[in-house]
Amino acid sequence: MGGKHYLPLTDEDRREMLSAIGVDTIEDLFSDIPREVRLQRELDLPPSLSETEAVKHLSSLAAKNKNLNDNISFMGAGVYDHFIPSVIKHITGRSEFYTSYTPYQAEISQGILQAIFEYQTLICQLTGMDVANASMYDGGTAVAEGAIMGCGATRRSRALVSRSVSPFYRAVLSNYFNSRGLELEEIPLKDGHTDFASLEKMVDESVASVILQTPNFFGLVEEMDGVADVVHKHKAVLVVSADPLSLPLLQSPGDYGADIVVGEGQSLGVPPSFGGPLLGIMAARSRFVRQLPGRIAGETVDSEGNRGYVLTLQTREQHIRREKASSNICSNEALVALAAAVYMASMGPQGMREVSEQCLQKAAYAREKLTALDGFESVFPGYNFKEFAVKVPGSPEDLNSKLLKKNIYGGVDITPFYPELENTMLFAVTEKRTREEIDTLVRELEGWK
Amino acid sequence: MRKAKALLFEMGRSGRRGYSLPDNDVPEKSLDQLLPQKMQRNEPLGMPELSEVEVIRHYTELSTRNFGVDTGFYPLGSCTMKYNPKVNEEVAALPGFAQLHPCQPEETAQGALELYYNMEQCLKELTGMERFTMQPSAGAHGELTGLMVIQAYHRHRGDHHRNKVLVPVTAHGTNPATVTMAGYEVVQVPADERGNVDLEALKEAVDETTSALMLTNPSTLGLFEEEILDMARVVHEAGGLLYYDGANMNAIMGYTRPGDMGFDVVHLNIHKTLSTPHGGGGPGSGPVGVKERLTPYLPVPLVEKKGDQFYFNYDLPESIGKVQSFYGNFGVVVKAYNYLRMMGAEGLKQVSTDAVINSNYLASLLQKHYYIPYDRIRKHEFVVSPKTQAKKGAGAGDIAKALLDRGFHPPTVYFPLIVDEALMTEPNETESKETLDAYARAMEEIARIIDENAEEIASGPHNTVVGRLDEVRAARNPILRWQKE
Repeated sequence: MGGKHYLPLTDEDRREMLSAIGVDTIEDLFSDIPREVRLQRELDLPPSLSETEAVKHLSSLAAKNKNLNDNISFMGAGVYDHFIPSVIKHITGRSEFYTSYTPYQAEISQGILQAIFEYQTLICQLTGMDVANASMYDGGTAVAEGAIMGCGATRRSRALVSRSVSPFYRAVLSNYFNSRGLELEEIPLKDGHTDFASLEKMVDESVASVILQTPNFFGLVEEMDGVADVVHKHKAVLVVSADPLSLPLLQSPGDYGADIVVGEGQSLGVPPSFGGPLLGIMAARSRFVRQLPGRIAGETVDSEGNRGYVLTLQTREQHIRREKASSNICSNEALVALAAAVYMASMGPQGMREVSEQCLQKAAYAREKLTALDGFESVFPGYNFKEFAVKVPGSPEDLNSKLLKKNIYGGVDITPFYPELENTMLFAVTEKRTREEIDTLVRELEGWK
Repeated sequence: MRKAKALLFEMGRSGRRGYSLPDNDVPEKSLDQLLPQKMQRNEPLGMPELSEVEVIRHYTELSTRNFGVDTGFYPLGSCTMKYNPKVNEEVAALPGFAQLHPCQPEETAQGALELYYNMEQCLKELTGMERFTMQPSAGAHGELTGLMVIQAYHRHRGDHHRNKVLVPVTAHGTNPATVTMAGYEVVQVPADERGNVDLEALKEAVDETTSALMLTNPSTLGLFEEEILDMARVVHEAGGLLYYDGANMNAIMGYTRPGDMGFDVVHLNIHKTLSTPHGGGGPGSGPVGVKERLTPYLPVPLVEKKGDQFYFNYDLPESIGKVQSFYGNFGVVVKAYNYLRMMGAEGLKQVSTDAVINSNYLASLLQKHYYIPYDRIRKHEFVVSPKTQAKKGAGAGDIAKALLDRGFHPPTVYFPLIVDEALMTEPNETESKETLDAYARAMEEIARIIDENAEEIASGPHNTVVGRLDEVRAARNPILRWQKE
């Protein structure tokens, strides 16, 4: 049996322990399970593997995948191929962190509690918000919970979401709203941006939350001037989803009047992992603190007056408040939040700024080069951060298969999400892409149709 | 000597850097040309400037101020803090798994899809369910997904009046919180004197507005619901469905299956039962399995096999939609799959056997010094109730702090709510007899000290890097981020 070395009890241990318990057989310990529900056979699972065999099996599965290390990727749509400093895996690999659980016992959990407190601070600095929580599952669930927070704060049950918000997030959002009996309406697009005139017409006293994303799904920086005023005029809540790696460069959501900032934090030093684990960011103005879902670390003092950290405001949470809790979240993505904090600590203000500027410059270069090709058209006017939409002269699927033969992952086909956009692809260009890689992409597509 | 640790923000020096990036090699344009000034950031980032060695030392020191399963015994009830095999970490970090993009073409991710497919087959057999989704990112997320599926089932049948979900008083807090998240009303069901769900009360509570009963079996008292088949019948006869909270699955693998007990929907906490680490709070993974009549409502996509090819099936018109942006916490599923394959059927059954032996053994040692309610065979956990000790001046919370001083992570405190001064204790199968003996000796010593001088225990902990932290002050005067003075 493969995993025997994880089970320290010997047969002699078991005998001694049964006798201490005062039963004769192991079977006696399971006599409380009614016979009718007992499994009358052994489980039918594949034969157990030794460690060597398991590694071989898993490695062979991994080898069937074409990964981003061996291919040049221009895929984005919420998950990106960014540089990950080597320090991160060494810190998150410290087992005092990764084998611990939620820090209920603060005195022996100061490490993760302080790390979360620092993470919260870093997220607040980036977003311009007052408070942040210890993490949500991912960008999609953070958007959904942010929208629901708005409903709780306003005691209204309707939200507006821009069609420029990631369709992946909107799918989660609409499911959460549908289940809870909340109403959701989509704000139409205008040239790839949220149609501000429609937003202005749609928002009224019945709207709890208005959910926007910038840079939006098409990589476009939304025009946020005046948006908060319109939303706040009707006492609704402005929820903004933002890529944290755009914020060293872009006006902070706090600056343009957002109330709640959510987003996907994968760009902060987290591997793509086929879409999970990711990192849901959740930050807000202090007046929403009682509606915040999930764990929050706070500063306090110990019995000797030393500074220390605890989980706080727990009366919002499920383990205290039960059905009256602000959310049901319990396990979150703490280790991923730690990775993001180590990323930000390593990059510092300069490195963060440099990464986002390189994304901006390289995406602009790629966009210019690609759309100069015959039949490749820029779809939307505006300012792109690290992604842009391009209409291609043929099927995106064919285009990607051609590129794949050259070990290039092309863009993400977004026509399925926006049927009105024919043959449209989203290309992401991070700081990791070199000029040569971008030129290769362009060269491969020259004359393609 | 106790001392606070400096924050990141109190370290470093302007001009220091902890990163290296290649130079930008594309022709540069002026920033204002690419981004109008009004869209640009106005305020400084306010982040520290640190060298790489400062970053490493900071976090290394923080890690020494943290207690994990690798540090010592961690009998946190209902959290199944078992040992996390190292090989799991290694395989999950393979670039062929960690460096996959969720939007890459299916033909380039066949190994990932195959792993999801294989995992689903294993989980189906383990639980007796028909199909699984791996999309939920944690247990509570699985609960929400499960209730959404149940809701979709009732709605699809035109059964719109079922607006209540029954939850036993012993349930984890996530259960009632999930019920609210799904737009349902909670109906609480009391426990009987044996610690089971009160069957008579359940019969009273069930009616045509019942959507489902959520149940953890064995319960948070570590007791198997002996009348489970009657409970299932009562709920099903009223048209309701049964939801299985898999938090305590570690007790019954290979002995019984939720599907055979009559459950219609189940979630597993694979970060508990299937050994993946808890990560200081997450990430977890909470796959949800359902019986056949509920499969049309599962989230999209499901993983299917056609010939020797695997693919994502989005063609599920009755599906609830999505609960996570992509396909769930794949990286966590890889670790759990590796564990499952190493243990096999025999190993998993041994896991549950040893978890139950350890629990009953430790209970038998502790009941010499503490009151343990519900004197019967337990499954993987049990609840100690130091009521007498509390009267002497040191209750569950104080005993927990005394355990910190003795190198143990304490049990879950003050839960379940129906037990006074609860210490919910789950010694899982990866602990040796010697460890349990040492823990019992520590508990005995604590009981003795409380008899002699309760204040010594009530004033603890004494040996930790910080003294007892003032939680009341933290909540009354919340400081939730560092700020420049």
